[in-house]
Amino acid sequence: MLRDITIGQYYQAKSPIHALDPRVKLVGTMVFLISLFIGRNVIMYAVATAFLAAVIKVSKVPFKFMVRGLKSIVFIAVFSAVFNLFLTEGTPIVQFGIFKLTWEGIEMAAFMVIRLIYLIIGSSLMTLTTTPNDLTDGLEKGLGFLNKIKVPVHEIAMMMSIALRFIPILIEETDKIMKAQIARGADFEHGNIIQRAKAMIPILVPLFVSAFRRANELATAMEARCYHGGEGRTKMRPLRYKAKDVKAYLILAAYLVLMIAIKMLRNGALV
Amino acid sequence: MLRKENDNLEDIIKAENLTFEYYRRDEEGNVEGITTAVDNISLTVKKGDFVAVLGHNGSGKSTFAKHINALLYPTEGTLFVNGIDTTEEERLLEIRQSAGMVFQNPDNQIVCTLVDEEVAFGPENIGVPSEEIWERVEKSLKAVGMFEYRNASPNKLSGGQKQRVAIAGIVAMKPKCIVLDEPTAMLDPSGRKEVMKVLHELNKKEGVTIILITHYMDEVIDADKVFVIDGGKLVMQGTPHEIFSNVEQLKELRLDVPQVTELAFELKKAGVNLPDGILTHEEFIRALSRVVKSGGA
Repeated sequence: MLRDITIGQYYQAKSPIHALDPRVKLVGTMVFLISLFIGRNVIMYAVATAFLAAVIKVSKVPFKFMVRGLKSIVFIAVFSAVFNLFLTEGTPIVQFGIFKLTWEGIEMAAFMVIRLIYLIIGSSLMTLTTTPNDLTDGLEKGLGFLNKIKVPVHEIAMMMSIALRFIPILIEETDKIMKAQIARGADFEHGNIIQRAKAMIPILVPLFVSAFRRANELATAMEARCYHGGEGRTKMRPLRYKAKDVKAYLILAAYLVLMIAIKMLRNGALV
Repeated sequence: MLRKENDNLEDIIKAENLTFEYYRRDEEGNVEGITTAVDNISLTVKKGDFVAVLGHNGSGKSTFAKHINALLYPTEGTLFVNGIDTTEEERLLEIRQSAGMVFQNPDNQIVCTLVDEEVAFGPENIGVPSEEIWERVEKSLKAVGMFEYRNASPNKLSGGQKQRVAIAGIVAMKPKCIVLDEPTAMLDPSGRKEVMKVLHELNKKEGVTIILITHYMDEVIDADKVFVIDGGKLVMQGTPHEIFSNVEQLKELRLDVPQVTELAFELKKAGVNLPDGILTHEEFIRALSRVVKSGGA
């Protein structure tokens, strides 16, 4: 039952987006998110929508995969929409006591919800088209400059990739421990929340003990294979920018410039 | 890169009065006593040999193995790996590169999520250029017969396959010697066979010195030399033939002998005129038929 859990949400396909350098995709996501926040007007959102739609089309990832990520933000979206609808100053349409529905409120709420939805779709597009491994590599290389201010970038990336390697193993182990405890009469399905939480202890304790033992053995094995941190380390698949990555950067820059230009031209015109 | 000055040395491993002690502590961290895990061991391993180290659980054989990889340092005495004293800290990487180590649990020594990246992990650590890493990965995966799995996830492999990948990961660092600490203890019989076959091939074709720590007697039979460790002391050494001629002493050390050897030993005790140290079925059949022909039973 626990085996069904997959980590990350990579969708395998052969598309130009999949083939891009992970750093390009990281920067691209950032650029897109920033572009959503620099202004609120219809034309800018139309451009952002067109851009997002084009990228989704090129990525060959079915649209329903993007929508999945939206479930988690339904609550926040509704919450902020309601607040914006009724608490924005402006020309009232309907009024209930201190709450009034205004045109400005409707507009604000609409932009807010669209912004949230695009944020989620934009970032899940990155995780859908990049394997967790590539993402780790991209973060390591892309954030390498943080090394200068003593952020252990390589170590963090190594921890992330080891976590990725061990999650399936630990899931399998949890499954085994659960079965062993059930076989000895443990009950995980009945009782209230507190009783159920207490029932988890006999799973967590052996799981932690085993995880620490594994960590210890893995550290020894890594040391035995000359691991000594990121210094002087080479890579089998070093990240190198190719022509298509440069093109992607140019497209991103053009997009950002376009958005800023619209913002400046229409400044103040539509909120 | 790394220095190659010791290529002509004949002994890859040389232990001189190697002793390792550790403190036993109670729950408050007070010293309860000192355990001597390795007790005054002196031995040499010749380059290109296939050596087995035998001993039951807690005999100190794993502790000894960890010294070869400079994961532990001797309390007393010295250990030379490829002519380098293992306490020379600045040459640590060189030592670990000349003597690679494979551990018992295949899951807990695999670092990466892809087979080829796993094999590349060692070479990456010692700073081998990318193009050469690709060559080394291909060559070592082919040497252990796992090349067609290069893009697979280690989680999808069997125990024997994982252990072969782990061995490939060491081979890719071009070690002179590989130490294996009970590499087959967690494998099924077919996995054990796969691993043993790979080890013998590496030893014969590539000339890599193999130091196999084990308590399976049948893995010892084909070794060039056997060391038996008990209570941290080196109690027996010699060829498998010499070791297994001494069935009584092995039994005193609570070690098993291969079934055929035991049968021959018991028959001999019962008065059948068989030679000592029979290791394989073929040897036994030959010896027995000789006895039958001469009518000596």
